[in-house]
Amino acid sequence: MIAVENLSVVFNAGTPLERRALRGVSLALADGEFVCVIGSNGAGKSTLLGAIAGDVSAASGRILVAGQDVTRQPAEARAQHVARVFQDPLAGSCGNLSIAENLALAAGRGSRRGFGNALRRERAEMLHARIKELALGLEDRLDQPMGSLSGGQRQALSLVMATLAPSSVLLLDEHTAALDPRNADFVLDLTRTLAARFGLTVLMVTHSMRQALDLGTRTIMLHEGQILLDVSGEHRSKLTVEDLIDAFRKARGEELAEDRLLTS
Amino acid sequence: MSQIALVGAVELGLVYALVALGVYLSFRVLDFPDLTVDGSFPLGAAVAATMIVSGFDPWLATFVAIIAGGLAGFATAFVSVRFGVLHLLASILTMIALFSVNLRIMGRPNVALLTQETVLTPFLDLGLDDLWVRPLFLAVIVLVALIGLAWFLRSETGLAMRATGANPRMARAQGVRVGAQVIAGVMLSNALVSLAGALFAQTNGFADVTSGVGTIVVGLAAVIVGETVMPSRRLWVALVSCIAGAVIYRLAVQLALSADFLGLQASDLNLATALLVLVALVLPKLRGRALGRRARA
Repeated sequence: MIAVENLSVVFNAGTPLERRALRGVSLALADGEFVCVIGSNGAGKSTLLGAIAGDVSAASGRILVAGQDVTRQPAEARAQHVARVFQDPLAGSCGNLSIAENLALAAGRGSRRGFGNALRRERAEMLHARIKELALGLEDRLDQPMGSLSGGQRQALSLVMATLAPSSVLLLDEHTAALDPRNADFVLDLTRTLAARFGLTVLMVTHSMRQALDLGTRTIMLHEGQILLDVSGEHRSKLTVEDLIDAFRKARGEELAEDRLLTS
Repeated sequence: MSQIALVGAVELGLVYALVALGVYLSFRVLDFPDLTVDGSFPLGAAVAATMIVSGFDPWLATFVAIIAGGLAGFATAFVSVRFGVLHLLASILTMIALFSVNLRIMGRPNVALLTQETVLTPFLDLGLDDLWVRPLFLAVIVLVALIGLAWFLRSETGLAMRATGANPRMARAQGVRVGAQVIAGVMLSNALVSLAGALFAQTNGFADVTSGVGTIVVGLAAVIVGETVMPSRRLWVALVSCIAGAVIYRLAVQLALSADFLGLQASDLNLATALLVLVALVLPKLRGRALGRRARA
């Protein structure tokens, strides 16, 4: 379970460029909850994920992961409980390490890294099995460099990598945005499958209102660093994309003319 | 080229193979251009020579030299990681500082070891030809370093170190303490280079404060020559290629120096090395550009 309490994030504090990216956001995720986060550009979606992961430091407020206050912990310390997939398929893996080595690295997330072989037999077998499930034919190419894969393949592997070690929360930052529609669907399906199989707690940022309502158990809309809408359960299942746009419109107090949100 | 010159070149190549492994670790694995080695090579020589002359066991002296190299690496990496000083600049500062440190350790610009007992003495006493004992001894040391390094880089910690150099953001997201990895890697790199310095002093019979000049370029040359001769993505091949590169480089230098028609002098060595490294660095780029042109046409 993770909780964000009255979290504020300020970029370039004390300069003319000061920007308050998050303004007192409070949010609690129960175990196994799959939360989709939407909002326009600059609403604070990625900042929220960054703050939970430890890439962005909080100006005030607290972040609790697995019952611990991690607000002052660096990203590498939080990684024990926080798994992530980045938007850029190249960001989440090492192109010049082999596929197997990338997987082994991710399998070691959260545990002490010793001097034993990173690709010892039982682990190599486990990794092979996990990749075979994808049915992408990659299990026979585990020795090849990660850089030889396409963006879609790399992102699918990044997702698998994020589920190799246990986590309190999986952060997905528009992880299908850089992919073509076919690959995006594949990765999205995989997300659904893995989340259900491991009972993951997921916080997923998306640009698509459709996705935000179809996927997961709860939808949150951010606007100018604040939570505008937070729906789940029955209320959410009745909600349509039009309702979301209405809510958004009301908040903005203006017509949403050519926003990206409408088109996706 | 005489047999003595040939074997001598191989011997020196094997000493610099340790430097090449160290440089591979900092440059290639960690992506941390580290000029500290110009100081840690003579540091190893100075520590080992001074201790041996003072009557310490040569193995202990060599061991302390390795530790000293590690500390030099720590100084560079700590300044860079903890205070955000540019890695290149941090390493230059340590390198410059080490010049004074090395003079302090030896108390004079050079120390002769010719009549002293070194790690090689027991092997020389076996009655084998001196000419072959030294390269054989060094080959064993290099082999041990190779196996150790290959084993380390394939371990969980070693993999974390490789990820640190390749994609620090990803490494952090996987829970790797990136700063600690950089410090550990640069320490290990300089420990290897310092070991090379200690062995250089003992095989050549002296330690000299200026013997470190250009160590980084020679190490880099060895790495690049090795990569050119044995291109491979496999880790252990890459490590072997560093060793091969160092030996080939030394042989090439010896060949160039003994070929009278070239008119090269020993003092031209640094210029030739710099040009060699430059060519090796530029060639792949030019080749890539030519391929690009052909693809477009």
